[in-house]
Order: sequence, then C-alpha cells, then structure tokens
Amino acid sequence: MTIATLDHDTLLKALQRVLADKDIARPDEIAERIRITDAGTPAQGARMVAKAWCDPAFRTLMLADGASAAALLDIPMRGAPPLGVLENTADLHHLVVCTLCSCYPRAVLGYPPFWFKSAAYRARAVRDPLGLLTEFGTTLPASTALRVVDSTADYRWMVLPLRPHGTENWSEAELASLVHAGDMIGVTIPTVA
Amino acid sequence: MHDIGGVPRFLCEPVDPSPHSLTEFDRTVDAIRQILGQKQVMSVDELRRGIESLPEATYFGLSYYERWLRSITAILLEKSVITEAELMAAATAP
Amino acid sequence: MSLAPGTSVRVKADWPELRGRCHIRTPHYVRGETGTILRHLGDFPNPEDLAFARPAAATPLYHVRFDQPSLWGEGAPGDDIVIELFAHWLEPL
Repeated sequence: MTIATLDHDTLLKALQRVLADKDIARPDEIAERIRITDAGTPAQGARMVAKAWCDPAFRTLMLADGASAAALLDIPMRGAPPLGVLENTADLHHLVVCTLCSCYPRAVLGYPPFWFKSAAYRARAVRDPLGLLTEFGTTLPASTALRVVDSTADYRWMVLPLRPHGTENWSEAELASLVHAGDMIGVTIPTVA
Repeated sequence: MHDIGGVPRFLCEPVDPSPHSLTEFDRTVDAIRQILGQKQVMSVDELRRGIESLPEATYFGLSYYERWLRSITAILLEKSVITEAELMAAATAP
Repeated sequence: MSLAPGTSVRVKADWPELRGRCHIRTPHYVRGETGTILRHLGDFPNPEDLAFARPAAATPLYHVRFDQPSLWGEGAPGDDIVIELFAHWLEPL
C-alpha cells in the first residue's frame, strides 16, 4: 500500500493525526478555524454594499481601500489579502473570475460557490462573458460596457453593484437583504422583487 | 491544466449555478490549509504549485478539496515536514 | 521601474511551463498581447519564488487592461479584461 492508493478520507485522517502529533495543527485549532471560516458569508459583503449606497463617505473609503471599509463594519480582515472594490456604473459592469484557480473575496463573501470554481465558469468568463451573464439571467443595457476582472494575484475583488430603482426610502438592513453573492461577483444584479 | 481561461473544451459547457454545500471533509482540508499558511509551514503558492503538478487525468478526476489534500500531502512530504512512513503508520493505526 | 497609468505594455511571450517545474500567475491568453497599465496595485513577494519556498523579492504588481475583441477575435467592442500582472512580465512599448 502506498499513499497514492489511500482513499481520501483515510488520507485526511492520517494527515490530521500526523499534524496533531507534531503540534502543527491540533484538532481544537482546526475546529476554531472552521468556526471562523464559516462566519464569513455573503451577508458581510451585502452590509458593505448597503452602507456604500447610503453613506457617501463610506463609499469613497470602500472604493479606495476595501479592507479598511470592511474592518470599519467589524468584518475580520486580519491576515486577509487586500480587497479591491469594483464600482458598477450605468456605463460599466464588472464580472470577477479567477481563471488560474479560484481566488475569491472570502473575508467578505465566505467560501467560493461551486460554480465559481467550475472549469466552465473559469474558461468562459474571459471569452464569452455575455453568454455567461445570459445564462445567469442577467441582461445589460446595450450602452453598458463589460469589464471582466481576472483575479490572478494578490488582490481579491468584489463588485459594488448599482442600487436598484424603487429603493429610495429603504433602510440599510432592507437594502442588504437584496444583495446576494452573485451580485458582488457580477453574474447577477440586485433587483426588487 | 489549471490555466483554463478561454480554453475551447469548456466553452460549450453550461455553468451549474446550484448551491453545493461543503462537507466536513471539505471544511477540514480548508482549515488545515489556512493553519499551515498562518504558521508558515507552506504558502498558498506552494499549494497551487502542488495542484498544478497533478497529472491532467488526476486533476479532473478529483473533487476540489481532494486536489487540495493531494497537494498539501505532496508539499509536506517534499519539505520533509512529514514522512511517508509517519503517514502510512497513521493510516493503518487503529 | 514604475509604469505610469496609460502606459502601453506587451506581456512577454514566455512559456516557462515548457522548460520545467514552475508556478506562474500570468494566464496563457495574455502572453504576447498588448495592454494598458491601469494602476500600480502595490509590491508583493514574487509568487514564482514563494511557490518553491525560495526568498521572494517584493515585485510591483499592476492592473493591466486588454481589449476583449483583440484577445479573442470575438466579443463586443468596448468590452475589456483587466488582469493583475507582475512587472517582470511586462515590456513598456
């Protein structure tokens, strides 16, 4: 028997045992890491978006330095990569992909969704972005240019979507409930039901 | 085989947007990777190199976090952080 | 070296993966292509060294813009692709 022939559950258990014995990754450390990672969800990014829609000073900060803006909302950013924020306008829509692996703004959106990591999404986003958007049910006005952002290095990127019409008197919490992970990657846009 | 932007073989594949929840296996591998990074035992770039070194047939035969586990194991063995004997002993211990 | 926003650059048409073990963050589809510097994102340790646990020099990282139609021979005019690329892959024109 060799390592290559071990099934993955057995290999993982063996690796956990060896790393625990060497005091590199103890079970309690792994449990704590899982707890922290599970706390990162798209609701964090949605809070940032909603605040940016309501508070021009926060919006300015968020566009200049996403990590500082996130930290201001008590989103844990220590050790996280720099966060770049891409502002959608009437003239320009952003779509984020990582063609080389699956870089994702985890601190503010949580674990990357399955589709974001898929070969089809990664291959098509840079070459057929309009077809991809159509598949997600998103249609852009003809006058809006499309910018694909391939996340290849040290930044993580999130999209600041356009605030939907008909939400003028909404509270920040109500606005945040409109914003989903896909809106902050650019495959979808927030809409009022 | 990881560098797949615009690669024709995937261009006609639809994207499956349905949510897939992570398993305990997935969460554990993810957490171990983070701890190894924080403790500077191995970097995310080493993880990526390990994934990129997988033969193409293996790469597409494995789930996302199975690739991570194979890469982490290979890199830790390469750096002598762990040994094959330790791993096999742990795998066969009761 | 610091490249100002608006500078035209060509991405090196280099294929280190054909020469042996490597880890690079420059996608195949922009190598040999011409783009425009949007901005300097900061200096980061070179991932090509980090991937082998070698000492990694802080290297300028740029956001570089490419026309979508000129990369693929398809796509809508005005659409573009923006990529993070390290300085040693870029040649100012």
